[in-house]
Amino acid sequence: MSKKLLALTGNDAAAYAMKQINPDVVAAYPITPQTSLMEKFAQFVADGESNTEIVLVESEHSAMSACVGASCAGARVMTATSSQGLALMWEIVYIASSYRLPIVMPLVNRALSGPINIHCDHGDAMGIRDSGWIQLWAENAQEVYDNLLMAIRIAENSGILLPVVVNYDGFIISHAIENMYLYDDAEVKKFVGEYKPKYTLLDPKNPTTFGSFDLPDYYFEHRRQMAAAMKDSFKVIGDVAKEFSKICGREYKNLEGYKLEDAEIAIVALGSTVGTARAVVDELREKGIKAGILKIRTFRPFPEDEIADALKKLKAVAVLDRADSLNAVGGPLFDEVRGALYRKSAIPAVNYVYGLGGRDMGFPEINKVYADLAEIAKTGKVKDLVTYLGVRD
Amino acid sequence: MAKTEKVKLPSWKEMVIGGINPDAGSAMKYNSGTWRTFRPVWSQEKCIQCNACWIHCPDSSIMIKDGKVCGIDYEHCKGCGICAAMCPPKVGAVKMVKEEK
Amino acid sequence: MANLKELNKRKELLSGGHRMCAGCASPIIIRQMGLAQEIPLVVGSATGCLEVSTTPNPFTAWNSSFVHCAFENSAATVSGAEAAYRSLKRRGKVKEEMRFVALGGDGGTYDIGLQSLSGMLERGPRILYLCYNNEAYMNTGVQRSGATPMGTQTTTAPVGKESIGKKQFPKDLTGIAVAHKIPFVAQASPSHWNDLITKSQKALSVDGPAFMNVISPCPLGWGYSSEKTIEIARLAVDTCFWPLFEVENGTTWKLSYKPAVKKPITDYLKAQVRFRHLLRPENTAVVETIQKRVDDDWAALKKRCGVTEE
Repeated sequence: MSKKLLALTGNDAAAYAMKQINPDVVAAYPITPQTSLMEKFAQFVADGESNTEIVLVESEHSAMSACVGASCAGARVMTATSSQGLALMWEIVYIASSYRLPIVMPLVNRALSGPINIHCDHGDAMGIRDSGWIQLWAENAQEVYDNLLMAIRIAENSGILLPVVVNYDGFIISHAIENMYLYDDAEVKKFVGEYKPKYTLLDPKNPTTFGSFDLPDYYFEHRRQMAAAMKDSFKVIGDVAKEFSKICGREYKNLEGYKLEDAEIAIVALGSTVGTARAVVDELREKGIKAGILKIRTFRPFPEDEIADALKKLKAVAVLDRADSLNAVGGPLFDEVRGALYRKSAIPAVNYVYGLGGRDMGFPEINKVYADLAEIAKTGKVKDLVTYLGVRD
Repeated sequence: MAKTEKVKLPSWKEMVIGGINPDAGSAMKYNSGTWRTFRPVWSQEKCIQCNACWIHCPDSSIMIKDGKVCGIDYEHCKGCGICAAMCPPKVGAVKMVKEEK
Repeated sequence: MANLKELNKRKELLSGGHRMCAGCASPIIIRQMGLAQEIPLVVGSATGCLEVSTTPNPFTAWNSSFVHCAFENSAATVSGAEAAYRSLKRRGKVKEEMRFVALGGDGGTYDIGLQSLSGMLERGPRILYLCYNNEAYMNTGVQRSGATPMGTQTTTAPVGKESIGKKQFPKDLTGIAVAHKIPFVAQASPSHWNDLITKSQKALSVDGPAFMNVISPCPLGWGYSSEKTIEIARLAVDTCFWPLFEVENGTTWKLSYKPAVKKPITDYLKAQVRFRHLLRPENTAVVETIQKRVDDDWAALKKRCGVTEE
């Protein structure tokens, strides 16, 4: 295992991953805050450090469409986007997964319009949570890089063949510089291996139709296949992480607990907020407060049982959502975590919708959550099921 | 005339994934000839092998053998009548007649 | 240029057993294009009559590889497939020679597909985009499109007490393609198979994008008896409603066919139920407007093609 320590932004890290993966085709369209990822990768190609065929399409919808076409042609394909770009390609995102194409996409999380906002928010990723894409979440630049490398192997597994999106916070991760390790080119190349598609457009001896037409007598079965693949992907995600640990020195899991084993109160969160919360938890622990964190890395497939198990010893849990479901209940992560707890646990679970449109989530806000949790743990009573944290009331 | 062979509907475990169909030209198994109300009748004697019928058939149903028109594929011909319309009027090798049940 | 006796030995692109209506022009067009040359094709299509009718599971009528993605992105999807081909060929993973064709109806090309078509033409991959133009959204029931002629009965711009049908003239999509200055643009008709096949051959031989706009009469949507498809297409050409021409690199215009006798547009209109209302006395002015537009466009085309005699 050999690695090099560099100071990189999250977008740089993603670009390096793409360079080392060296996909056959990348079709992409720029959008803030993904842009510098695309630019860095384009420079690698312009300088011959990668010989990927880049298709500079005229919109994100065409980006994912070209990715579908390329993937049907048996190519290893990647793209990247954010927010409105994802919203525009939404139609084709569903097609990519239902055609069982192993496309890998960094998604630089940004708020959805309107009003237009270019800052960090998880609304974009949540919008495709039912699309059949495997969804991984990165906490920092290292995790962006590591998850992208693993994503190729997960997606292309012949028993899975579902596309994978790797989420990371716009600006907070994408543009902030952090120390991180890059692995040796040859080791990465060996790890990602070659893509061996079962079906391709490009074999004249075996002409194949992709994207056929289903009447009610066929559609349901095609969707049932996807459900099975998503369920089967837990094992593959685990196997790939195990194999990858030989290169990166760490075995990624679906969940990561921080000071959770003996915690009485904890938050559940995605992305960079976990990083901030770690520092808050350290402070609270100094004061003797048994605070912890459950970080979710694998959001799709949703590790329901693991989550319920991880939280079962707590006296109270707060789910942090950087998106709102606007369902008159709360945020999407709350919805799913609460579902995981249903019938398995009676612990009070509350929701904090925070950070929308890049509103900062810092020490004061996270401390407030733990203070509220301590109150719930003490009294057993929940005052507010859902709190909009950080908004001006 | 053969009916379309009854396709046994496969289980989700048996089906090829993703709406992919590796069985090129499998539409030939579907008998679109059942659509006809009129059918073309081709006369080998009158035919001058101009291929006008063949180049204008929407259903690839003018059969060719050894480079020559040899008949109509009644399993797939929908009876549109274009072949009869395209056969040169002085030749009249293709005529439309009412389809019998 | 191969003759029919040579062509009939070639492999068919489409098998029988597809679900297109009896007498539909689109499979005639596809078959003719498919006979133009023998390098294997990879074909993509937008959602529409052709795509839906050729690929209902478990059947596919395509003898070549085929990809359908969505309605507005045939050009983008095939752009991706073509990029994959070049990449994989460069990397030694694909050895055979192939050609790429993107298909779309007027719906998926003139309207919702225009952006993706334009992007593809600008990027310049070696792809033939062929539009089978039946002048409305036929697959979903004859709704108007940007290609629908003025005064046509459609279901979203219907003829009524206060309406003559579609109010607008169609957009000049062939002209839009020409403006991209791609190697080859053409208009064609299945009634002129030699011209269509020659143009397809040329389109597939240029090292860059090509665009063909092909009139595709529709028995149900246009309102005529199915055996008349080729006759109607020929009328469109002989009335100069749908002229046959080609343009190279956006600059060199060549007229492919000049009718010996230019027929009046009423010959075309009265042959189709979709125009029948225009023959009422109260719509004479509309017909005159249509005739004038045909005449003006024809004169302008002849001028661009350097055709001087009448």
